[in-house]
Amino acid sequence: MALLEVKNLSVYYGVIQALKGISFHVDKGEIVALIGANGAGKTTTLHTISGLLRPKTGEILYHDRDITKMPGAQIVRLGMAQVPEGRRVFADLTVEQNLRLGAYTRTDSNKTAATLESIYRRFPRLKERVRQPAGTLSGGEQQMLAMGRALMSEPDIILMDEPSMGLSPILVNEVFDIIKAVHEEGTTVLLVEQNARKALAIADRAYVLETGTITMEGKASDLLNDENIRKAYLGE
Amino acid sequence: MSFLTSLVNGLSLGSIYAIIALGYTMVYGIAKMLNFAHGDFIMVGGYIIFTCVSTAGLPPAAGILLAIVLCTLLGIGTEKVAYKPLRHAKSNLAVLITAIGVSYLLENLALLIFGADTKSFTNVVTWPGIALFGGQLRIQGVTIVTILVSLAILIVLQLFINHTKNGQAMLAVAQDQGAATLMGIDVNKTISLTFAIGSGLAAIAGALLCSAYPSLTPYTGAMPGIKAFVAAVLGGIGSIPGAMIGGLVLGIVEILSKTYISSQLSDAIVFGILVVVLLVKPTGLLGKVTQEKV
Ligand SMILES: Nc1ncnc2c1ncn2[C@@H]1O[C@H](COP(=O)(O)OP(=O)(O)O)[C@@H](O)[C@H]1O
Ligand SMILES: [Mg+2]
Repeated sequence: MALLEVKNLSVYYGVIQALKGISFHVDKGEIVALIGANGAGKTTTLHTISGLLRPKTGEILYHDRDITKMPGAQIVRLGMAQVPEGRRVFADLTVEQNLRLGAYTRTDSNKTAATLESIYRRFPRLKERVRQPAGTLSGGEQQMLAMGRALMSEPDIILMDEPSMGLSPILVNEVFDIIKAVHEEGTTVLLVEQNARKALAIADRAYVLETGTITMEGKASDLLNDENIRKAYLGE
Repeated sequence: MSFLTSLVNGLSLGSIYAIIALGYTMVYGIAKMLNFAHGDFIMVGGYIIFTCVSTAGLPPAAGILLAIVLCTLLGIGTEKVAYKPLRHAKSNLAVLITAIGVSYLLENLALLIFGADTKSFTNVVTWPGIALFGGQLRIQGVTIVTILVSLAILIVLQLFINHTKNGQAMLAVAQDQGAATLMGIDVNKTISLTFAIGSGLAAIAGALLCSAYPSLTPYTGAMPGIKAFVAAVLGGIGSIPGAMIGGLVLGIVEILSKTYISSQLSDAIVFGILVVVLLVKPTGLLGKVTQEKV
């Protein structure tokens, strides 16, 4: 049973077509990777799912509800969170204020406080910097903050847009470890990555996006051994 | 003592500028637009109070309350009808020109309803004045109230922004509307709320301004509006403490130049200071360098 289903999605920026009728799905409990080169349409896909962009054609179903035309703020309330490309933390706000904004849709302050504690346990470096403006954090810390902020809503699915971008190899490993841990705790993950090797290594299934079209899909382990994928995305 | 008197009067006028500047700066910071009609809400508030108190004989408190409520609704309505449809317009100029249009509309509506003659406003602040230093320094009741009210507004606003969900949502929307949406924040509602607060504050400024300078015409709000805009830019547009400081500086400079230099030249001096500050620090006193999203 698909938790998230995208059907025949087409998205335009003015006259430029960024997505050309793509379809894919994410089942509950999966990690699904969406890989593709720069400009393929990965961010456009995530923005459209989260309601930041409107498709020209197609449908998006989440928890069997049609969310294609739903305002983005409302989609969050259905249990979907996104770690956007480039982190987009609120630079002038403190670490804690950023995290609390992640729980904006939640009303039970006791449960929110418990989640906040669990985030601090997962990201001890954030705890040391609760009162520090997010803009003064390092890139890695900002990425942790963006992930923590998304987790604050306790989402059923988390969409991550290139969480390893611009990080040192050690931090990249750390980010992927966190994704695995979050997944093991029961959160479904749709992972967009240019780091195809790492993404395929932790994903159950994957889709390859090329200039707005899905050109390949399958089990992540199969794609990892695919001749074409190895050449185009794994630099072999 | 005349220096102290001027200083207190400047502080009072500056407080009014600050209240107006808060509305300018919040709307700019959150909705990313210069609402040039903002000053005219002062005048609208003034006429509402005038009608309630002088024409209908209601108690001043009722008039002020009604002015705040109606200006708040008018602010929300104006945003919905005039500005929101242009929010994603290609050019920022479209919404700027619309705001100027709204300004003319409000002024001419007032002209139509109330006529061009100056209404003499009944002081709605009936606190007694005080005399200090054996009567050498006399401070009017309205001056004290103005300073206290603006202080209270600043404190309440800071508490609201830093300690409530809606306040934090405003800061989030000011910084990144897309990321705010991903938090589940309704950007439209947040912008509405910003206009509501700004317009409500303009009504309060109207009550204070018209009590301190009791003559009311359709153009009463125009000049204070421009001065408050200058104050917001001086303090660093988008910054709430900046608007407060900018307003106070402007009010004090204006009154001191009127007293010691020349009342004709005082506006020139005020705008001159703006030019100098912007030459030295283009982002204003408390403003910081941000990438302008075009
Ligand atoms: N705001 C925009 N306006 C116009 N074109 C855009 C915009 N954002 C992205 N595009 C174009 O859409 C295509 C897909 O972009 P994007 O989804 O960001 O790709 P990816 O995330 O895979 O790198 C690219 O050709 C890009 O140039
Ligand atoms: Mg991208």
